[in-house]
Amino acid sequence: MIISIASGKGGTGKTTVAVNLALSLHNVQFLDCDVEEPNAHLFLKPEIHSQNIATIPIPQVDEALCDYCGKCREICAYNAIAIFPGKENARGSVLVFPHLCHGCGGCSLFCPRSAISEIPREIGIIEQGYSGDIEFIHGKLNIGEIMSPPLIRQVKAYTNPEKTVIIDSPPGTSCPVIGSVRGSDFCILVTEPTPFGLYDMTLAVEVLEKLRIPFGVVINRSTIGNRSIDEYCRIKNIPILMHIPFEREIASLYSQGIPFVREKNEYRKKFHDIVRLSEIQQMVYRK
Amino acid sequence: MKICISSQGNTLDAQVDPRFGRCQYFLIVDTDTMEFEPVRNPNINASGGAGIQSGQVMADRQVTAVVTGNVGPNAFQALRAAGISVMKGTSGNIRQAIEQYKKGELKAIQGPTTGAMMAHGR
Repeated sequence: MIISIASGKGGTGKTTVAVNLALSLHNVQFLDCDVEEPNAHLFLKPEIHSQNIATIPIPQVDEALCDYCGKCREICAYNAIAIFPGKENARGSVLVFPHLCHGCGGCSLFCPRSAISEIPREIGIIEQGYSGDIEFIHGKLNIGEIMSPPLIRQVKAYTNPEKTVIIDSPPGTSCPVIGSVRGSDFCILVTEPTPFGLYDMTLAVEVLEKLRIPFGVVINRSTIGNRSIDEYCRIKNIPILMHIPFEREIASLYSQGIPFVREKNEYRKKFHDIVRLSEIQQMVYRK
Repeated sequence: MKICISSQGNTLDAQVDPRFGRCQYFLIVDTDTMEFEPVRNPNINASGGAGIQSGQVMADRQVTAVVTGNVGPNAFQALRAAGISVMKGTSGNIRQAIEQYKKGELKAIQGPTTGAMMAHGR
């Protein structure tokens, strides 16, 4: 089973929930897909066994073969190629913008003169290791890179369906989030009872409904703010999986990089129950 | 001579749009006859590469110069590759900008004037 953790709003406790959930279950594989700022390793402290450079193929144009027909720039959905035919028999020019390229390969496939070959470009690194018996994998996007989805896909390629796979997703509702949660059997939305928490969660709910992924909500810092999340979930018939109170001890453990289930054993059962609840939700969803 | 001015509106009385890649309109003007054609910028909401595509529009329209406020590094590279000069002119409306261009009062922009705005609309 693949369970992803998402939120809409940032800083609501995705990693806290993901890490504590992972520590409460057996036979777990943990994928930190928040490749722009991965932080689950600060809590799981995995021993890294392997490091692999992540690359994407980017186009290299042989201008001796190119006749500036412009097919490549037409096919490029990300505006990563510009073509300027030369004026009055002068040579034109082809510009490739590597940072905009997602490495889909469309340009080289459609080039009628086979003028485009592909060369690898490093975008980040993927590290794999173990934290106790949890298999841990995360991607780290290189500084200055703006395209996280290709790296997220490569992290997800490690998915082992024999295990309970926990995916820590980035915040927001755009491509990196969709890339992370797509294909999950269940998604846990972590939010907080504030107007921002509610608003951004409603956007995430729309995304999950569109992707047809069953989901439930964890309300973090539930003892402050307002009751708006509970109210919204009741009206929308969304299961609330857990309330995590605003508690000094939890905050203190967090600040020391200690997942709170290590000190507060009673929560292991609660996280266990989330998985049970998610299984029921998945069955209901399939009907 | 055909030039393009980034514009906030579709007439000669509109204000110059200080952005190039994501301006509202490209006003393509024949400086000899003052005939003009407003082209709605198709790249305003591009998730990335708006400046590159806008540069491409300039090349397709075969303009010799662009008058605008700011160009990012990608747009600048594209315009340079297309052999199009970039002039700074943001005071006043389009008509005044054309006059200033014709009198040679505008300064050429020699390099990108803003940082990369890539994936601005992401």
